[in-house]
Amino acid sequence: MRVELTVNGQKKAADVEPRTLLVHLLREDFGMTGTNVGCDTSSCGACTVLLDGESVKSCTVLAAQADGREVTTIEGLASADGTLHPLQRAFQENHALQCGYCTPGMVMVSMSILAENDTLDEATVREGLEGNLCRCTGYHNIVKAVLAAKEEMGAEL
Amino acid sequence: MTATQTPTQDTSLSPEGNPLGFGRMLRKEDARFVRGQGHYVDDVNLPGMLHSAILRSPYAHARIVSIDTSAAEAHPKVKAVITGKMLEDLKLAWMPTLSGDVVAVLATDKVRFQGQEVAYVVAEDEYSARDALELIEVDYEPLPAVVDAKHALDPDAPIIRDDLEGRADNKIYDWEAGDAAACDEVFSNAEVVVSEDMIYPRVHPAPMETCGSVASLDKVTGKLTMWTTTQAPHAHRTIYALVAGLPEQKIQVISPDIGGGFGNKVGIYPGYVLSIVGSIVTGAPVKWMEDRSENLMSTSFARDYHMHGEIAATKEGKILGLRVHVLADHGAFNGVAQPTKFPAGFFHIFTGSYDYPAAHCKVTAVYTNKALGGVAYACSFRITEAVYLVERMVTCLAYELQMDPAELRMKNLLRPEQFPYMSPTGWEYDSGDYPRALKEAMRIAGYEDLRAEQAARRARATEPGADPSTPLMGIGLSFFTEGVGAGPRKHMDILGLGMADGCELRVHPTGKAQLRLSVQTQGQGHETTFAQIVSHVIGLPPEDIEVVHGDTDNTPFGLGTYGSRSTPVSGAAAAVAAQRIKDKARVIAAAALECSVEDLEWEHGRWYVKGDPSQGKTIAEIAMAAHSSLELPEGVEGHLDASVVYNPPNLTYPFGAYICVVDVDPQTGAVKVRRFIAVDDCGPRINPMIVEGQVHGGLADGLGMALMEVIAFDPDGNNLGGSFMDYLLPTSMECPSWELGETVTPSPHHPIGVKGVGESATVGSPPAVVNAVLDALQIRHADMPFTPAMTWRALQGRPMRPDLAIE
Repeated sequence: MRVELTVNGQKKAADVEPRTLLVHLLREDFGMTGTNVGCDTSSCGACTVLLDGESVKSCTVLAAQADGREVTTIEGLASADGTLHPLQRAFQENHALQCGYCTPGMVMVSMSILAENDTLDEATVREGLEGNLCRCTGYHNIVKAVLAAKEEMGAEL
Repeated sequence: MTATQTPTQDTSLSPEGNPLGFGRMLRKEDARFVRGQGHYVDDVNLPGMLHSAILRSPYAHARIVSIDTSAAEAHPKVKAVITGKMLEDLKLAWMPTLSGDVVAVLATDKVRFQGQEVAYVVAEDEYSARDALELIEVDYEPLPAVVDAKHALDPDAPIIRDDLEGRADNKIYDWEAGDAAACDEVFSNAEVVVSEDMIYPRVHPAPMETCGSVASLDKVTGKLTMWTTTQAPHAHRTIYALVAGLPEQKIQVISPDIGGGFGNKVGIYPGYVLSIVGSIVTGAPVKWMEDRSENLMSTSFARDYHMHGEIAATKEGKILGLRVHVLADHGAFNGVAQPTKFPAGFFHIFTGSYDYPAAHCKVTAVYTNKALGGVAYACSFRITEAVYLVERMVTCLAYELQMDPAELRMKNLLRPEQFPYMSPTGWEYDSGDYPRALKEAMRIAGYEDLRAEQAARRARATEPGADPSTPLMGIGLSFFTEGVGAGPRKHMDILGLGMADGCELRVHPTGKAQLRLSVQTQGQGHETTFAQIVSHVIGLPPEDIEVVHGDTDNTPFGLGTYGSRSTPVSGAAAAVAAQRIKDKARVIAAAALECSVEDLEWEHGRWYVKGDPSQGKTIAEIAMAAHSSLELPEGVEGHLDASVVYNPPNLTYPFGAYICVVDVDPQTGAVKVRRFIAVDDCGPRINPMIVEGQVHGGLADGLGMALMEVIAFDPDGNNLGGSFMDYLLPTSMECPSWELGETVTPSPHHPIGVKGVGESATVGSPPAVVNAVLDALQIRHADMPFTPAMTWRALQGRPMRPDLAIE
C-alpha cells in the first residue's frame, strides 16, 4: 500500500506492507537511521518520534497509521544551517548521552515534555522521561539537560 | 556535586590559548549522536544486502529428532535456510568459547537451553526472514532440564553435555585461591564467626542496542568485511580466522558506533558466524540483528553466583579471616569471558578493602540448561560478586556485633601506608587512602544525622498509635576495591592472546595528529578522553587529535574494551606514545634550533632554549620540521610518529565509598532510594565530566540489580526474564539524583597515574543498596532483587529464592 506523509517538513511517500512499522518505514525506506530500535515490547522508547507534534513510540505505530500525517524525527531538529536545537545543545553541554543510542528518542520525548509543561521541575521531567530507557547515563544528566533547555528556551514556549 | 579535593584540570593553555589535557571537555562524539547521525551496525546498508533471522529452541533441554525446512525454502523471498547438519559439513557446527569449551553455532544433536540457535534463514528482508522461521518444522523429544544449580551435581541429574567425550556429570571445574589451612586455623580459634548463604542472581547487561552484524564476503578478492557489535574487534578477527579458516589478513572487522556494551559484546555469538555463513552461501552481504528477547535469552548473562560466606572476627570487631565457597552456574556451555588462568575471573579479590591475614575461596562451576555467559555487565571479571560477598559479610558481622557498619569498616580498612599491599590471595593493590574516602562519603551524607533520624523514626514506630504505614528507613554502606586493567601478559591472556594493547600516534606535518587505538568505545567517550591524554603529554589541543578505533585494518592489535581496561592499558599506551613523540620532538627541535638536546626545556606544547624562552619550537612547528628537509642527527628518522605496545606491570586498583539511604513501605514492600552518595577515587580524572557520567550509569545498574533485575527460571527451564516486560530496568523514576564526591590517589605504576573507573559504580553500588534495604528491614540477610513482593516476603520472614519461579 501507498503511504504519503510529511517527515521533517518534507513530503515523502513509499509503498509498504500493511504490517510495516513506522520505525522501519523511517529507517529502511527513508534511510533516516537516527531513530533506533531497542526492544520488542514497546518499553524502551529509543524509537520515539513526534507524530503530529506528539511523542509516540514508532515501533508501536504502523506506517499506514502515519499516512497523511506529520512526523518529526531527530534529523529534523537542527536548523538547515546545522545550528542545534536548544535541547540538542543542552544534551551535549550537560553530558546527557554516552553511547548515543537512546539519545534520539530521549531528545524527542523531551520535546514533548517541554511543550506540555509551562513550568518544569526535576519531578515532572523524571515523570516525562519514564517511557524512555537509558543504560549509560543513570538519567541524572538527562534531567539536567531538559531543565537547562527549558531555562534557555523560557519565553519561547 | 561537591568540590574536588584535588583539582585534576590541567591549567595550561596551548600557544593559541586553547585548554589542554585533563579537564571537563565536552565530547567530540556528541555532535553526531545528538543529530541522529551516529552509525550503528543496523544503520549499515550495502547494495544487495540480505537480511536474516534465527529459529530458536522453545525447550531448555530436548533431543532434535528432525528438522523440515522445505516450506521455508519455498518462500519466494527466502535465499537460504541453514541447519546444524549443513554446518557440520562445513565443520562450523561448533565453535570455541572464550573459556576453551565449545558451543553449538546451530544445534545438531540436541538443544541445551531455551532460546538456543536451531536454524537460520536468509531472505530479502527481515519481515520475510521471520515469516520463514514460522515455516520450519522441528520435531523435538523433550528431556528433563537441570535448572537449579544446587542440584546440577546430584547423581541422578541429567547429563547436559553428552557431546563431550566421557562426560559423566555436570561439573565444569573446581578452583581455589588463598591458604585453606591458615584460614581454617583462624576460624577454629575465632571468637566470632558469622556464616551466610547468598545468591547474586542471574542478570543481563541489556545494552540498548542488541547484538548484530553485517557480513560481506567478496568472492573475487576473498576478503571478508564484518561490521559487528564488538567490544574487541581485533580478538574477533583472530577468532574468525581460526573458526572459519579464513586468512587473517583477509578479514576486516569494523566495530562502528556501538549502542552500549557492558560486557555483552565481548564474545562471539552464533549469529555473527551465521551471517558469515549466509554471505558465503548467498554471495551477498547479510545482516543479522537480534531482537530484545533474543538478546536477553541467548547472549551473555551476568553473575549467577551462589555463595556461602563465613567471616571470623574478634568480639571488638577486628576481622581475622574470610572463607567462601561458590557454586557458579555457567549455563549449558562454558562461555565465560576471562583470562585463561582465571576460571572464576578475579573473584579471589574478595578480601576487599580490609586488613586481615587469612582468606580462602573455592569455586565450583556447573552446567545447567541455561544460556551461557557469566562475565558481563561491568563485573571486572567477577569483582561484582567478590565485592558483594565481602560487603555483605562485613555488614552481617556488624549486625551480629550490633556495631555501626561504618565504625566496623573504619576499624578494618587498609591504611594508606600499607600500599603497595599484597592481599592474602595474591593481589598487589597499587595505592589507596581508604579512610579518607569513607570519611568524605560520610561527610557528604551527613552520616551521624542520618543515623539519628533513623533512631528517632524507629523509636516513634514503637509508640502506641504509631502510623503503620510510616516508611522504614535504611542506611547502607559499601566500600570497595576494584582491580582493573587486565593485564600483565605473563599472567593474563584470552584464548592465548596476551592482554597487552597497541597504540599508534602520528603527528601530521601541520601539527594535527591521529591516534589509533586497539580498544573500542561503546559510549565511554574514548574519542574525547584519549585525545586529552595525548594533549596532556604533548600539548596539542584535543580538537587537533583524531582518535581512530574499531577498524582492524586501520588500528594496531589489542584486546578491546571491557574490565575497565581502556584507561589502564590503552591509556598508558597512548601516554607512552605521546612521551616518545615528545622525546623525539626534542631531538628535532635541537636540530632546528642548532643547539644541543640538553639545552632545551619543555613547557606545555613547546621545547625552548634554556634562558632564552623566545627561542623555541612548538610541537606543530617541530612536526613540520620533522617532515621537511631539515638535517637530522645520525640514526634519527624523519616524521613524528610512535608505535607502542603496552604490557601493564599490574592492574590498577580504584576504590570507593558508597552510602545509600532508602525508605521501605512496610505495607507494600516498595523500596524508594532516597539518596545515594558515591565517592570514587580513580586517581587523577582525565575528564571529570565523563567520569561522573560513568559513575551515574553504574549506580543505576546497581540500583537495578538490587531492586528490579533478575532472570529467573521455572522448573522446566523456561526463561522468565526474556523481555523488557519481565526483565525490569530502572527508569528515571527509580533513580535518585546521584550525589558524587572524589578523592585522588594516583596509581604509582601508570605512566600518568590514572586508574580505570568505568565499572566501579556497578561493582560498588549493589551491596550499598542491599545493605540499606536490609538495614531498613532490620534482618541480617535476604537475597536481591528487592522487588516489592520479595521485600514484603522478607518482612514476613519468608524470603524467596530469586533465581527460581517456584521454591
